[in-house]
Amino acid sequence: MTELSTFDKALLNLLQGHLPLCRHPFAALAEELGTDEGTVLKRLSALKQEGYLRRIGTFFDSNRLGYRGTLVALRVSPECLKPVAEAINLYPGATHNYEREGRYNLWFTLLSPDQSHEQQVLDEIRALPGVDDMLNLKAKKKYKINVQFRLR
Amino acid sequence: MSVEMKDLSELDKEIVRVLQEDFPLVEEPYKVLAARVGVSEEVFLEKVRNLAEEKCIRKMGAVLRHREVGFSANVLCAWEVPEEQLEQAAMLMSAHPSVSHCYERTTAPDWPYNLYTMIHAHSRQECEQIADMLGRAQGLSHRAMLYSKKEWKKTSMKYFCEK
Repeated sequence: MTELSTFDKALLNLLQGHLPLCRHPFAALAEELGTDEGTVLKRLSALKQEGYLRRIGTFFDSNRLGYRGTLVALRVSPECLKPVAEAINLYPGATHNYEREGRYNLWFTLLSPDQSHEQQVLDEIRALPGVDDMLNLKAKKKYKINVQFRLR
Repeated sequence: MSVEMKDLSELDKEIVRVLQEDFPLVEEPYKVLAARVGVSEEVFLEKVRNLAEEKCIRKMGAVLRHREVGFSANVLCAWEVPEEQLEQAAMLMSAHPSVSHCYERTTAPDWPYNLYTMIHAHSRQECEQIADMLGRAQGLSHRAMLYSKKEWKKTSMKYFCEK
């Protein structure tokens, strides 16, 4: 992986904030950076290729789209951790799944179109071999979601 | 949750589906996406502007892979906050640039934590320092530092794709 240049950092800092909603969004970004559309597109393709970008695009408010979210904590017997984690990964609504330190060793977020869908998934996971306990920590209020890293 | 669901047309949902795919890195990306939906670029841009105004879209832009850009440590920090202090604590923690997510959540028996912050830093020690500072500012002493040991999955949600 190559080092980020000053230009790359300026480009990524700007693009983390916004992607213009117009016919030539990359030309608009280029103008803000004092360069041209072709340069911006070339650098972005390279940075994507090199793995710096998780995603460029649109991020939605799940509640506005009618989805409900929860964070689920599981206590799983160590020998069953892998199969349980892999079973959770198969659900499209399970978007983040982490093994963590502490009493509860497996944590995942779950987005569901409705309550019955959520309950069904939770019941299935609770019934997996090795799942000894489950906490369903429903989101009551979102104060912040903003994954931005200022690159210097 | 207090946020109301927005009623979306079938066309809106189709637009959400194409927008959540990989964004084309070409001169006229919205033209490409509009063609996939089967509408003109003008109509597509108009509909996306509406979705943004209706707050269905929270951000258009890039998200970086944090490890690759040097933020290698992160911790999910769960706080036990007295109810009357919750709003203020959540606002102040959200204002900190190292906090990417801040949610109030329901508690459970034996699990009293009601406020969750995701903290990103360059080291575990720096995560501890930031959490100490956030806690001190609010007089909060009960927290659980839930460091990740392994990432099993991290994806973006695909909306309106249930069978």
